[in-house]
Amino acid sequence: MVQTFTFDVTLGAKPGQFVMVWVPGIDEVPMSIASDNGKQLKITFFAVGDMTRILAAMKKGDLVGLRGPFGTHYRWKPKQHLALVAGGYGAAPMYFAALEAIKDGCTLEVFVGARSSEHLLYLKEFKSLPKTTLHVATDNGSKGFQGFNVQNFDAVLKDKKHSKTKPFVHQIFACGPERMLVSVSALSAKWKIPSQLSLERYMKCGYGLCGNCVVDPLGIRLCIDGPVVSNDVCKKITEFGVYHRDAIGKKHTF
Amino acid sequence: MLQSPPMKLAQTLLGIEFKNPTVLASGIWGITAASWRRAAKCGAGAVTTKSLWLHEHKGHRNPTILSTEHWTLNAVGVPDAGVEKAREEIGNFNKEKPVPLIANIIAESVENYAKTAVRILELKPEILEVNISCPNIEDEFGRPFACSIGDASAVTKAVKAVSGKTPVFIKLSPNVDSIAAIAIACASAGADGFTVINTAGPGMAIDLKTRMPILANKVGGISGPAIKPLAVRCIADVYRATEGKLPIIGTGGVETGEDAIEFLLAGATLIGIGTALAERGETVFKLVCDEMKEWGKKNGVKDMKELIGGMHKNL
Repeated sequence: MVQTFTFDVTLGAKPGQFVMVWVPGIDEVPMSIASDNGKQLKITFFAVGDMTRILAAMKKGDLVGLRGPFGTHYRWKPKQHLALVAGGYGAAPMYFAALEAIKDGCTLEVFVGARSSEHLLYLKEFKSLPKTTLHVATDNGSKGFQGFNVQNFDAVLKDKKHSKTKPFVHQIFACGPERMLVSVSALSAKWKIPSQLSLERYMKCGYGLCGNCVVDPLGIRLCIDGPVVSNDVCKKITEFGVYHRDAIGKKHTF
Repeated sequence: MLQSPPMKLAQTLLGIEFKNPTVLASGIWGITAASWRRAAKCGAGAVTTKSLWLHEHKGHRNPTILSTEHWTLNAVGVPDAGVEKAREEIGNFNKEKPVPLIANIIAESVENYAKTAVRILELKPEILEVNISCPNIEDEFGRPFACSIGDASAVTKAVKAVSGKTPVFIKLSPNVDSIAAIAIACASAGADGFTVINTAGPGMAIDLKTRMPILANKVGGISGPAIKPLAVRCIADVYRATEGKLPIIGTGGVETGEDAIEFLLAGATLIGIGTALAERGETVFKLVCDEMKEWGKKNGVKDMKELIGGMHKNL
């Protein structure tokens, strides 16, 4: 179940950054920020684990702790034409990036993908944005393009005859499952379009001490040098798309 | 005027070469070879692993760490995947070792300290550091071994019995009546050096809205600038108690080169850096070394070694 919570606080967060969300007495987990407009902060999450299930059941007025914002954020230049690639719950931070980039006069191609139509998030919100073309893909074809959104994106680039001299998009931002990010990384290299990808690793502290989010072989901490990393850096992360480490440092393959 | 050469920071200690005295302290980063390499690349003179267990050990739930500018409170709970993971990561690090590796071990019993030591020593660390002083796993294991002369001595003896030529450093706790008495007991049991100090306390921080402790473990060890004077006193106590004969890795709240100089004067030979990585970023090792050299130049000190235990000569 997907839920969005709105808090009447601002942390001055930028798109791509994350916040540590604390349910007192239960746990504290990192979550990407779905928006921070200077007055209110939103998080969008799936109730999949013990902590998020309890969080999902909380009511208005219950106490939740927020620590942050932490990490890097997406960067763009005014008036750029940007491609935003969102898989699953990655749609939330991508929507935040869209809102902010539009303020700088950017125009957008948004690629939203999910397993099936009921898993698509933020469609209504993306549709309501100015200067935005929305592309939808579902694995089972229940809505939009049948297949992965990166395949859809590739087809669009072909169709628009993207080239270095006449670029269709200037940059790609992506957030979603790591397997999707691997495809985005490859597409980014193939079409020579710079990209910024949001990587997820297990985090405890959020500010560079615990070492849980350090990636091989660079040794960079994704809570400081990430979660948003350029594809140039991403290509040097040998564990990217291959494995990640859990709370005790044990490797798990994707 | 001739420019005086910079203060020498390199030293050979127990046959091990250190290009500078800064050491990545245990518990910070330290889970993987990539982390150790990164610390070395950032200028650390040596690196310490996170505490290694014989078997898999889960840590505490989050929140496990919180910081202010003055202190950090942590109860990570010493998570580790066990010796097989250590074998993989240290093995990887050994392929091209940029700096000496200090392997930090922990166990729940005297017997398992020895067993863990045996397994970890197969991986040929330059120094074996024995963590007998973690203050945030008391609910699970009771009072740390470092808080009793008998326990501290027994662990030292058991590890020394299997350690061969590898130097064994005992990591001491400041949370004791007499750190000097513990140090003397460990020294008599064969310790080759000490790491002084582990985190202090434990301490607690309460959230005002929920009126609950913030850390999931309720209490956690205190580190950062707030404990620096405590570390300086403990280093001085251990140095005096062992007549300056055993090297000390001084750890606790060092952020600047002048902090490091103060530790040397108290009796430290190497300088552990941990919490400062949050405040000054990963360049902290280089910054501390640069500031030490700068201080040496201003004060006409040619070799850092001249400073070790210097305070005691003036008493």
